[in-house]
Amino acid sequence: MEILVCIKGVPDLEENEIEIKSDGTDIVRDDLVYSINEWDNYAVEEAISITEDKGGSVTVVTVESDEEKADEVLRREMAMGSQQGILVTDAAYGKGIASVLKAVSEKGSYDLILTGAQADGGEAQVGGMLAAMLDRPYASLVNMIEVIDDGKLKIGREIEGGDQEVSEIDLPCVLSIQTGINEPRYVSLRGIRKVSSVEIPEYRASDLGLSADEIGIDASKVKRVDYFVPDLGEGAEMIEGSMEEKVNKVIELLKSKGGMS
Amino acid sequence: MTQLFAYIPHKNGAADECALELLTAAAQIDATAQVTGIVVGSGTDLDAVCNEVAGSFNEIWKIDDVKFAYPNAEIIRKALIEVLPADAVFITHHNSFGMDLSPGLSILVDSPLVADVIEMEVDGNTLKTVRQELFGQVYSHVNCDISSGAIVNIRPGAFIPKENAAAGGNVVDKTVNTDVDVKRRYIETVTPDSGGVDITKADILVSVGRGIEDEDNIEMAKELAEALGAELSCSRPIVDAKWLEQARQVGTSGKTVKPKVYLAMGISGAFQHLGGIKGGFIIAINKNPKAPIFQVADVGIVGDILEFIPELTEKVQ
Repeated sequence: MEILVCIKGVPDLEENEIEIKSDGTDIVRDDLVYSINEWDNYAVEEAISITEDKGGSVTVVTVESDEEKADEVLRREMAMGSQQGILVTDAAYGKGIASVLKAVSEKGSYDLILTGAQADGGEAQVGGMLAAMLDRPYASLVNMIEVIDDGKLKIGREIEGGDQEVSEIDLPCVLSIQTGINEPRYVSLRGIRKVSSVEIPEYRASDLGLSADEIGIDASKVKRVDYFVPDLGEGAEMIEGSMEEKVNKVIELLKSKGGMS
Repeated sequence: MTQLFAYIPHKNGAADECALELLTAAAQIDATAQVTGIVVGSGTDLDAVCNEVAGSFNEIWKIDDVKFAYPNAEIIRKALIEVLPADAVFITHHNSFGMDLSPGLSILVDSPLVADVIEMEVDGNTLKTVRQELFGQVYSHVNCDISSGAIVNIRPGAFIPKENAAAGGNVVDKTVNTDVDVKRRYIETVTPDSGGVDITKADILVSVGRGIEDEDNIEMAKELAEALGAELSCSRPIVDAKWLEQARQVGTSGKTVKPKVYLAMGISGAFQHLGGIKGGFIIAINKNPKAPIFQVADVGIVGDILEFIPELTEKVQ
């Protein structure tokens, strides 16, 4: 099975404290540490384990104007066991990302296209848009994939309350992957070295028959105006003091509010 | 004039509790607009839902077909394309159904999608929304040109349900013949085995998140829960890592809980997690002073849970 996985580097929230620029136009990106979007990492693992079992190959693609950042993310996921990487170096926004991925997918012949269920923007939109553009069936929040035969998959979707909605879906299709679907393998130094010299084809939007204008922010009807810190009111009453004082305060609250004896 | 449509989710012949949140959202777009509720389903269950919500909406569009007995977004989308007018503003929830339905719908009706909206207002043809990015770490204002329609996915729970709406609408049958080539076929819904764990009955929950850092540290949290006579619960990353069973997960994709005290230990407070906490006194301990959990907690402590938990356990014992 030929599988395309769409991936993205996102600010690593464990490594960074996010600050907003004083004019609100962006977050402070100097020295920001990026890592693979967690959902995408599960998608890559799923693709690799399917091809290990059923044959075929995995291609990872990212749309990113910052080439250095893109290269690092692509090679990390290639080191897990993806055979090919593709980089599109244009700034695409919203629906524009899906347009680029459509054009990339049409350069190959993929039975299955995976995306993460969401990334740092939280829109959870790229996979569903891509499927509609390609006129392929789609399922979001997928937490189980079983290959039935060359023509179809059995899939599970995570729905509210932790239940799993089980369906059958025809190939070729597009799925967005939920975290927890598998246990992503670790990337070894040896693995990273092995892919360090693999050539990654680079495209511009124009190479794909798209103009930079039609995929960029100006073409989008949906635009971020600014980032801001809302007036959140009081929030929590913060407990200061020594460790002992904090522990005593929590115990007092557990007794008064929680009925602890 | 803007035509507002709300997709009404339902189950077993009753509208979901969140259905009336759509009316509040619609009123933020245009307080005087007529709001049409769209109910897709099959048979007597569908009729029961239509009758239940008819009083709250200006009009109800009923789409009735046995193939809609289960809400499969892949085929419901096809019916919506047939019935929605070109400049419709269509509102649904940013949940497992809306995330499935809306991105594709936005492409097929050629209307922009604004996802996971928590607040909004309209200025001329511009829908001005408030969203969050980076998993609740930052807020953003996002504008959308709605002059030729839009798809709006609202965050569940972000809009207070409009209970007393008395619009007195009629039910109109809008059933259409949709393409029967169904490429995604629903089989069944599976509820995972709880293994006898029930976190919904506990007075005190010791709930751990990413801040626990390592599987070996789960033991530490277990000891605290035992010392307190509490149940151990957790946020999603802990279940994803297979450190605790799914039955202990609090959130929209886990359990909904209402303990007397909720001890949020190293939990940042993603909205999906907060959606599972329906009451109780929240005590949050987190290294990051900007963690969203501190906005909803009653009491907060900035600190490392790996130092705090053993101290607390010892004192309790």
